[in-house]
Amino acid sequence: MNKNTRLFLDNMVRHLFLAFIGVFFILPLLWMISTSLKANRQIFVFPPQWIPNPVIWRNYPDVFDYAPFLLYFKNTMVIEIACIIGVFLSCSLVAYGFARLDAPGKNFLFILMLSTMMLPYQVWMIPLYVLFTKIGWVNTFYPLTIPAFFGNALYIFLLRQFFMTIPKELEDAARIDGCSYFRIYWQIILPLTKPALATVVIFTFMGVWNDFLGPLLYLQDPEKYTLAIGLQVFLTQHGADWGLLMAASTMVVLPIIVIFFFTQKQFIQGIVLTGLKG
Amino acid sequence: MKHSKLKRQEIFAFYTFISPWLIGFILFTGGPIVASLYFSLTNYTVLSKPEFIGFGNYLSLFKDPLFWTSLYNTAYYAVFFIPLGILMAFGLSILLNQRVKGLAVYRTVYYLPSIVPAVANAILWIWLLNPQWGLINTILKLVGIEGPGWLTSEKWAKPGLILMSLWGVGSWIIIYLAGLQGVPEQLYEAAEVDGATKLQRFLYITIPLMTPTIFFTLITGLIGAFQVFTQAYIMTNGGPVNSTLFYALYLFRNAFNYLKMGYASSMAWILFLIVLILTLIQFKLAQKWVFYE
Repeated sequence: MNKNTRLFLDNMVRHLFLAFIGVFFILPLLWMISTSLKANRQIFVFPPQWIPNPVIWRNYPDVFDYAPFLLYFKNTMVIEIACIIGVFLSCSLVAYGFARLDAPGKNFLFILMLSTMMLPYQVWMIPLYVLFTKIGWVNTFYPLTIPAFFGNALYIFLLRQFFMTIPKELEDAARIDGCSYFRIYWQIILPLTKPALATVVIFTFMGVWNDFLGPLLYLQDPEKYTLAIGLQVFLTQHGADWGLLMAASTMVVLPIIVIFFFTQKQFIQGIVLTGLKG
Repeated sequence: MKHSKLKRQEIFAFYTFISPWLIGFILFTGGPIVASLYFSLTNYTVLSKPEFIGFGNYLSLFKDPLFWTSLYNTAYYAVFFIPLGILMAFGLSILLNQRVKGLAVYRTVYYLPSIVPAVANAILWIWLLNPQWGLINTILKLVGIEGPGWLTSEKWAKPGLILMSLWGVGSWIIIYLAGLQGVPEQLYEAAEVDGATKLQRFLYITIPLMTPTIFFTLITGLIGAFQVFTQAYIMTNGGPVNSTLFYALYLFRNAFNYLKMGYASSMAWILFLIVLILTLIQFKLAQKWVFYE
């Protein structure tokens, strides 16, 4: 066997293996979509119908008849917008302070902030719940949105790492010209770090979309449900109707997948950066 | 110490810029942490005023069989999921790192499951693990194996949830891939010139240089295991027969179903101590095996 044939075979084997594993990763998602397009008599059969025949679209409109998913979507988006604005402003401001300004106590505060990332959230969850109950915030969006305006350690850290890579000469020149720190932050740093900011915005969006514990603790009124909690309640009401449940799940998953495809670069970068922090 | 006017300006600016986090830390993290430590020493139930009982909660916890069950379940999950997850992520990232065509496609496919929102994921996996009609047992049946009852079985519920977590191991694959891409090419070339075999290059270059990544996933995996909540809450609600009653779920139940806020707070602090001790042990051991340039 000559070298080229061996190389070709090597490659083939590798691709076959990668594809074989890939099937296991992608199959559950395809199964979800496939189930959502079936009627019950097509779901409960063996051998399975991999591709629905005929394709039944009815589950999708039915989801909206059984539960107010548009309202859940609206609620989720209200929280999304508030959190994204809050995280964007607070995290970038704080990150700028830690990246560029110097003051006594800075190192201590920075280490304090990093150490909160290692703490399990359960340590502050209960008193926070008591606090929000006492000030009457239960059953409002405030517990899910207001904290976003006070920074998030992970995103502050991520942005700080980015801000540090910007050459300092730019700012020094601006300082000599009498530019305030705020203007430097707003007009030099932010425009130069758009990719990092985009990563933070995407991760925040995903975080809110996924959050289950927050709405579970704080939202009681069904009118206020988010998609995550609405979907869970939907499960408890339509436990065996898999076509319906998969249609609802598909609709919750799809926006995330679409966003992922459009912003893959930021996504991957964000994971690598937060992953390498250790 | 006297500061110049410019320096004072900078100090003022620093504290202004970080004030959102500082205020947030006091209100939403630091303050509650102190309060939680206090609650853990009381019999607080929301309905009544907290009454100081010293280490009473901690002593009752050690006598609470469900506390030990939840610890056992969490340890079981960690002991199987973390090594398997690391092996999978490392193995797949090595295959992906060999300049195969279509890398972006494979990477996307492996990563996609990990972005599925938690609740949708939980519902999807209840369906996949359905004993009679689910995808997993259907495939097993097609190759002639009678699949287990998964979430309905005391013995198979935990493995089912571990399988589900392994499906979402995509972000680790990306982290390992980035780690592999950070290994300098010259090292391999130099080793090849010196006549090192493929296996030797892997054992003496790749593995040592990947130890920081392995260490990172070990630590985050461990912390993650103690936070397993959403799956267990939605899919099994701790059952059958408490076989998926994980630590975070039992803590949640004590706090918000039984309103034993003091008791739950002491669980939170034990959790904190466990995580802290395990992390410190890891760091200590890491000096022996993690390689830093």
